[in-house]
Order: sequence, then C-alpha cells, then structure tokens
Amino acid sequence: MTAKELTKKSIEYRKNILKYIFYANAGHTGGSLSCIDILNVLYNHTMNVGPENFTSPDRDRYIQSKGHSVEALFVVLADKGFFPESDLNTLCKYKSHYIGHPTKKVNGVEQNTGALGHGLPISVGTALAAKLDNKKYRVFTLLGDGELPEGSNWEAALTAAHYKLDNLCAIIDHNKLQITGTTEEVCNTNPIDAKFESFGWAVRHVDGHDFNKLKDTFDSIPFAAGKPNLVIAHTVKGKGISYMENVIKWHHGVPSEKQYEEAVAELDNAMITIPDDF
Amino acid sequence: MVNGTHKLNIISNQIVRVGTDAAIEQGKAKTNLDVFSNTLQELAQHDRDIIVVTSDSRGSGKLAPFGQKYPAQHIEVGIAEQNLVGVAAGLASCGKKVFAVSPACFLTARALEQIKNDVAYSDNPVNLVGISAGVSYGALGSTHHSLHDFAVLRAINNLIVVAPADNYETEQAIKLAAKTKLPVYLRFGKKIMQPLKDVNDDEFVFGKGRVITKGNDVAIIATGETVYPSLEAAKKLKGQGIEATVVSMHTIKPLDTPLLAELANACKTIVTVEEHSVYGGLGEACASYLMQNGISKPFRIIGIPDEYTVTGSQQDIYNHYGINEKGIAAIVLELLK
Repeated sequence: MTAKELTKKSIEYRKNILKYIFYANAGHTGGSLSCIDILNVLYNHTMNVGPENFTSPDRDRYIQSKGHSVEALFVVLADKGFFPESDLNTLCKYKSHYIGHPTKKVNGVEQNTGALGHGLPISVGTALAAKLDNKKYRVFTLLGDGELPEGSNWEAALTAAHYKLDNLCAIIDHNKLQITGTTEEVCNTNPIDAKFESFGWAVRHVDGHDFNKLKDTFDSIPFAAGKPNLVIAHTVKGKGISYMENVIKWHHGVPSEKQYEEAVAELDNAMITIPDDF
Repeated sequence: MVNGTHKLNIISNQIVRVGTDAAIEQGKAKTNLDVFSNTLQELAQHDRDIIVVTSDSRGSGKLAPFGQKYPAQHIEVGIAEQNLVGVAAGLASCGKKVFAVSPACFLTARALEQIKNDVAYSDNPVNLVGISAGVSYGALGSTHHSLHDFAVLRAINNLIVVAPADNYETEQAIKLAAKTKLPVYLRFGKKIMQPLKDVNDDEFVFGKGRVITKGNDVAIIATGETVYPSLEAAKKLKGQGIEATVVSMHTIKPLDTPLLAELANACKTIVTVEEHSVYGGLGEACASYLMQNGISKPFRIIGIPDEYTVTGSQQDIYNHYGINEKGIAAIVLELLK
C-alpha cells in the first residue's frame, strides 16, 4: 500500500476511533490517535496476518501492551475484515465483547491485555516459541512510553536479548504524555534508546506518523542479527485533531457533540488536501 | 545401610510413620519434586512441546537433570517471576505445554497479576508449579512461606488448584496437567511423600477427592502434606474406637462438593487440615459449601492461624499449630465430646 493510500486509511481510522468513542461516551482518545499510523502500517504493509490466516501457527503476531488504546486496534481489525464494523456500535455496552481493553473474544485479538507491563513478557514467550519450532513468524508488540517504569518490561527485555529474539519487535508509542503529565515529569525513562541498547537490543528511532519511514523501518527487521528490535516511534498524542494534540486531558477525554463535529470536519478537510508527492 | 538408617531416623523425627516404612526403606517414597522431575523427563521424551520455564529455580525444583537432557525444552528467565509467568503464557499460546516453576511464595504473590491476567483471564493453559510451598522453607521465615496461595488463587476464575499428597497423586497430577487445556496450579512441598495406600487402585481426576480410609465418626479432609499426619491421627483415633474417613482433597478448586455432601451426611463431625492460612483455603471452601447448603455439623479448620508464624522447621511449625497426629486427634475428640 502506498503512503498516500495509508494516509487515506489513517484518516478513516481516526474518524472511526472518534465516532465509536463518541458513541460509547468512553475511550482512550489521545493514545489511540497517536498509535493509529503505526497499526495502519503494521496491518496493511508489514505483517502477514488477516482473517484468512488468523488460526495459522505461521501468522505474524501483534500484541498490544498499551491495551487502553483498544479503539485503534478495533477499527483496524474491523477494516481488515475480522468482524463487521457495525459491531463497534456495542463498544463498552452491556455484554459486549468490545470492551475498553483487548480481549481474545474479539476475532483478531491475540492476547488479553490492559494491565501495563504485560505485553512484552508474553511477546517474548511467543517469539521464543517461534525459535523453538523454527518458525518464521515475527512478533510485534506496542508499548506505551508511560508503561516503561513497569519492572516486568525490563525483566522481559533481558530475556529477549538472552535468547537472541531477533524475531521480536517492540514498538514504543513515544507520545511523551501520560495521564498525570509528561513522561519526563512523572518518571523520566530517558534515554530509552541507550537503556535498551545496553540491554542488548537493536534500536531505531522513527517518526511514528511518517508512513514511508515506518514501512522502511519495519522492512529492515531484524536490525541486527541475534538482537531483539526496538522501534521508538515519535508520535503526537491526539494526532490529527488540532485541539487534542499534546493536550493531556485527551488521554481519555471524550469529545462533546460540537467537538466531535469539529474533529470530523478537520479530518474531512485533511482527506481532500492529501498531497500527491509521497 | 548406615546412611540409609541415619536418613530414616531423621525422617522419623520429622514425620510420624504408619505402615509405609517398607516403601521408604526400599527407596520408593520420593519427594514431590523428584517425581516431578522424573515425570517431566518421561513426558518430554515423547513430546517436544513439553517446556519447563524456571526462574533460577532448576536446582530447588530438582530440574537440573531435565535441563541437561532436554536443553531445548528448558527456558531459564533468571530471578524474574513476573517475566516467568508472562513468557510461559506466550509459549502456551503457541501450543507449548508449559510448566512454569518457581517457589510458591514468589510465584503466587509477585507474579499474581500475570497469573490472573496472562494465564487465567487470557486462557493460556500454563501449568504453574509452586515449589516448596506452605511452610516448607521452615526457618527461612515468612518471606519464603506461602500461606496465601489457595486463598488468592481460589478467587481467580479459570484456574485449577491442586496439592498432591503422595507420589501417585503427584505423577498423575503432572500427567493430567500436561494434557489439560486449562490453567493449573500445582502446589508442591519438599517432604518425602509416603504412599497413602499400600495398594492403590484409585482413579486420579482433578476435582475428585481421594478417600483413603472410611469411617463414620469424623471426616478428616486434608490436602497436600497434611494428609499424612491426618492418616496418623485417624490411626490413633481408631485405637480409641473412633472411625475416621480421611480424604486427600488434592483439588482445592474445583472442590469436590458431592463428596463433601456425602461425608457430611455420613459423619458426625468434619475437620479440615491444610498447610495454609486458616483464611481462604480448603477449610473455608468446605465451610462455605456446607453453610450455603444448610448442612450443619461440628466443624473445625486446622491450619496456620492469622498471626506472625512461629519460627522453626516445617515440622516445628506443624507441631506448634497442632498439624500432627496428636493435634488433629485432639481436635476430633473435642468435637465429638
């Protein structure tokens, strides 16, 4: 898929994220908007996974550690045909499987997540299984930058390097904000790259909203033979909606009707002004 | 036999014996962990999906021979219990038959959230093996005791909780766990586990209590390492004309409630015995069932009370809290008065 096609998809995805959060009157808006371009590239360019091969042991795996940004995952899975998009009308409703964090009851979801610091250890186990079975699948896991202080991440980072899991790619949605403030104020984890490098990982930085660069980055996995891969994706929380960008309250803020219409208008405008020169 | 005799004396000081000396002398009775190690090797020989994950616990789990024999089926994560369980969950999600091994105290406290979310809630059928459980670590103190594991794990949906009481139950539990597509917690102590029956023809099923002796005066429902002293107590009581049913309730969850109802119907009194806090374990599970079904019998929970646990060896702690022949028999006599 070309960068222009991916751009169009992301605009549609953003509209759907906002639509279903608005309908449900709940959701993690800012973080879903910051990671959606990454998911777009993973599902529409990088990964060998879809409804047709989801039960195959050879499929690529995506495990979302920052489970709260589930709306981003749901709209992408619906677009891939894992379930009818209309299912998302039940988001957060009584007895719906479409709850505020990923669960395997939703077709296309690999693991139940939500508590932070869980995705990386599970992904390490999943990548280890591929090595044990000589399988070629890769494991992608999306972490929030705010969840990095969870110690289990660092335990898993050690194991990943120890077992030379170059089939594992962790992506940090580095939007630099969390519920209380900036990640730097709350618990400074910088420099993230040097920390992971010292743990034995191969690290790349990328603009998490630049489709060509995201494609190229994921295409060059493994970055170094025998080393687990870390992509630090620099993103903007609330990306695409001017009044939400870099504003903490949109971590789980839900737009009013007026705000919702304003956001849709901005996205509609973005759609008609996509440049050709990708 | 000098060494053997010496060992025997130590064993006989630690646990009171009944009728199974022959097994010890012939070197048949083993610890749960020896059985675990042997059984896993047996399973791994025919199944490369058997994977053992350890957190620097291969020595204490007696798994060094397994690791040497099947290095490709042994994953070591170092002292990192959260990671142990998370990694095990990932492996299990890919079809591996995973045994995640760590001292019960760390496994079920430090990695509790991983057990709850990554294993139970996520339907990843990991076999969690809590070794040196209860007060097995004795004088190492409360940091190393697990007196909470039944309580916390009982409250987690989608988890089978098992504490085998002899080599037969242990072997069966491991083989069954390897086959079961559900998460299982296996709780092992460190003691040599003497056979509960001279001739065993029981079928081992998770959720079905194993009746060891039958009698209508008292039902002594015990689990894990406390079954043996319960049998001792039953023997002592028999000398006083009191007939006891002793049950190895190896599965704490799901609890064998039909058996419990049957015992309550047949026996005058009920005593439960466990190497666990008196809160939230086997005893309270039985009490809850009986009370909610309108069954009222003289009833007592024997276990570790809610206090700073006395210091000493496992047997010292057992003796202090009356988890022994004398203590259990005394409670039965008191209830029958």
